[in-house]
Amino acid sequence: MTIKHVLLTMSLMLVPALMLAQGAPGTSPNEAKVVPGPSANTPGATGGLDPKDLYKPLTDSWPTYSGDLTGQRYSRLTQVNQTTVKNLSLAWIGRITSGAAAGGGGGRGIGAPQTIVGGEGTGEFGNGGAANVKGAILQVDGTLYVTSPDNVWALDARDGRELWHYFWKTKGGTHIGNRGAALWHNYLFFETPDNFLVSLDARTGQERWHVEISDFNQQYFSTMAPIVIDNHVLVGTGNDMDSPGFLQSYDPETGKRQWIFYTVPMNAGDPGLETWPSLEAARHGGGQVWIPGVFDPETRAYIFGTGNPTPGYTGVGRKGDNLYTCSLIGLNVDTGKMMWHFQTSVHDTHDWDSAQTPILVDATINGRPRKLVSTAARNGYFYTVDRVTGEHVVTSKYGSTTNWELKRRPSGEVDPNPEKEATIPGALVSPVEGGVTNWPPAAYSQDTGYFYVHEHNGFNLLYLTDPDPRGSMGLGGKTVANLGSLGDYLTAIDPKTGNIAWRHKFPGGGGGGLLATAGKVLFSGDGSGNFAAFDATNGKPLWHSRIGNISNAPQTYSVDGKQHVLVAVGDTLYAFAMY
Amino acid sequence: MRPRIAVAVAAGVLFVGIAVRLTAQGAPPAPPAPAGAAGQGAAAQGGRGRAGGGAPATFPAQQRQLADAAVITRGKALYEINCRACHGADLRGGDAGGPNLLRSQVALNDQHGELIYPIVRDGKQTPGQTAMPALGLPEADVVAIAEYVHSIQFTARGQGSPPAGPPVVLNLLVGDANAGKAYFATKCSACHSATGDMATIGTRIPDVMTLQNTWVGGAGGRGGRGGQPTPVTVTITPASGPKVEGRLVRVDDFIVIVALADGSTKSFRRDGDVPKVDIKDPRDAHRNLLPTYTDKDIHDVTAYLVTLK
Repeated sequence: MTIKHVLLTMSLMLVPALMLAQGAPGTSPNEAKVVPGPSANTPGATGGLDPKDLYKPLTDSWPTYSGDLTGQRYSRLTQVNQTTVKNLSLAWIGRITSGAAAGGGGGRGIGAPQTIVGGEGTGEFGNGGAANVKGAILQVDGTLYVTSPDNVWALDARDGRELWHYFWKTKGGTHIGNRGAALWHNYLFFETPDNFLVSLDARTGQERWHVEISDFNQQYFSTMAPIVIDNHVLVGTGNDMDSPGFLQSYDPETGKRQWIFYTVPMNAGDPGLETWPSLEAARHGGGQVWIPGVFDPETRAYIFGTGNPTPGYTGVGRKGDNLYTCSLIGLNVDTGKMMWHFQTSVHDTHDWDSAQTPILVDATINGRPRKLVSTAARNGYFYTVDRVTGEHVVTSKYGSTTNWELKRRPSGEVDPNPEKEATIPGALVSPVEGGVTNWPPAAYSQDTGYFYVHEHNGFNLLYLTDPDPRGSMGLGGKTVANLGSLGDYLTAIDPKTGNIAWRHKFPGGGGGGLLATAGKVLFSGDGSGNFAAFDATNGKPLWHSRIGNISNAPQTYSVDGKQHVLVAVGDTLYAFAMY
Repeated sequence: MRPRIAVAVAAGVLFVGIAVRLTAQGAPPAPPAPAGAAGQGAAAQGGRGRAGGGAPATFPAQQRQLADAAVITRGKALYEINCRACHGADLRGGDAGGPNLLRSQVALNDQHGELIYPIVRDGKQTPGQTAMPALGLPEADVVAIAEYVHSIQFTARGQGSPPAGPPVVLNLLVGDANAGKAYFATKCSACHSATGDMATIGTRIPDVMTLQNTWVGGAGGRGGRGGQPTPVTVTITPASGPKVEGRLVRVDDFIVIVALADGSTKSFRRDGDVPKVDIKDPRDAHRNLLPTYTDKDIHDVTAYLVTLK
């Protein structure tokens, strides 16, 4: 299979000159060439995962990044509940091995399939580094789909046995993590650090096609889990060097781009340009889209967060609010046109991306049923807005020691105190560079009505080391000293008011993403290597297993009538169930 | 000759076959310089957890093979004469309005002047920006300039940071030492003494930033050079039986582990408030002050501490 693949791509050797002319996003509005793979002509557009299934409440499967499209990470499964969770025990362990010569892994070497190799790199990078699962694992019809940068595995959800492994030979780029795959019928999609959207046949792992989604020369790197909504495959990308952020939609069958939405003004007359000193500053203004959003079928709004403006720490060359960086954005998924926005970090100068997955909440406020969306930002503030209009509903500070606020606008945004930007003698800032929370996802329980999030209350001294009046570039120009923390908490917030319902202090730090279930149980990691269950009503610990610090967010699924709780620790998956 | 490897990479379609063939034809490409440590994106994308994979964080600008030194030297001279006034001595943009070439899309996509030359030849009008005039330079000169630009891009550091420029003298000592002395007397003197443990702090930690980080974070904290950190101690009171005291090894919701004086460790299962666990962390006093400091307090105390020699 590998040989056939090389021959096929060799036949396209005349393409390079064409590619340069067409370019990838960030260079020109034209889309890049779709390169077919060995499985290009294998039908798979029926059967498999019907994209309409993603609209259903989350039960036995885990078919998309957050389980369903609400971002709640709330499973209806109740076999594991407050009473039974103490009986949870190990169902299986699966260790995965990355690289071209992996040939084994989850199957413990017995009958493990040969690795399928693709990619446009030479194979000199990333061949043999340890796998590290830092994203969602899909579960559909008894098969798990797992990713690590450059690698995808299909495993048997019953015992972790490896079904196939695909390895992408990279050209390089930042290999910080991969947040998972997406499915549309029998097609699987994932992104690579060197900025390709790759589609595989989910049944065999054979490549269907790949297409370049952002320009490697501009130092983009891609980590996001694609999100499938009907016949759209939504992909975001990352960049640390002053390049514009964007979200794109691709056709799941052909790989052709349907639309691109830039998160910063790219042309004269674009909305938001008034919040930048110049078009040049806006076009280098960042706002990357690197974590999946959520979807409201009624309004067709795909709602997602954007990353920090750039240069990250030196805002001197980008005075203004810097729209639409660090914003919650509602986008029509069919057209790619913005419906509304709310900026969750105005003129950020601390690398506090606001890309975290928001959560859809339906609630009654002042006697009126509201369609809402809530998000706990890295900067320590919690927001609820109307997801139909973008109208502000709640702003509250959930980071106990967060100290950068100057004042709140009547419209709900928080103006930053410029004295808490990097200064030469040092500014004492809370939260730390990584934020009060970060990409590991929050959760919401339909039983308690609480929004759950990890809260880290650390302090940095932030020094400006490049006082150049032009500002620095990327995340340069500063030195950060980490001074300690006033504690890590599992925090429950009432999204209708922003009030804290309860805080559970982790004696040894917190960690990882969250899962809520209809068993009124929350699953989380802690900083001491425990994977633990907590009472969703009050945060009381109920169960734990010391498997090591979890590297992704816990998930749950059911096969053969048995509820499994699944989590990753680096290159090893742990599935728990009751017997 | 031109480093064709880099051309192929930029085109986005580097196949195994091409790489092998071109490497066999010419000199092997120089090993890429480190473009910043792997996993530096951790800060941007939440460094909670290890960086994945084994690939270094390199991009084409840092993977490329540079032109001959003579070409780059000539390009630098031509840049100084023709480009520097607008684009800056460090290529990061200049007073005359030229854009930053280190993050320019054209300059990053250009391989050997093929994208830069037409702009230098014809000039460029960008709305809202100072117009770039057409310069009557021969193509070979523009190629040399482009190679010089790429040689500077090559030295960019991780996470989009610019190349290290000439050292800048930064004055961190902006505080009022007298105000710092008064603050110290009020807030610090219960535990510390200017004539005792702090008597020579300004000599022991001559670097101002390190000194400031050390005292704000608490002795034994990150950046501290003051010897062994003071251990965190714990007293455990079981429901029955004697109290146990020692150095805290680990505590979480489910277990507490204590190192005893005889070198052994003892662990206790935790169930809510049983057993009773009292932790004494000498850094708590410093941590609890963190929300109370103004930046002026910090700078004043630092200005005072540097005088303690």
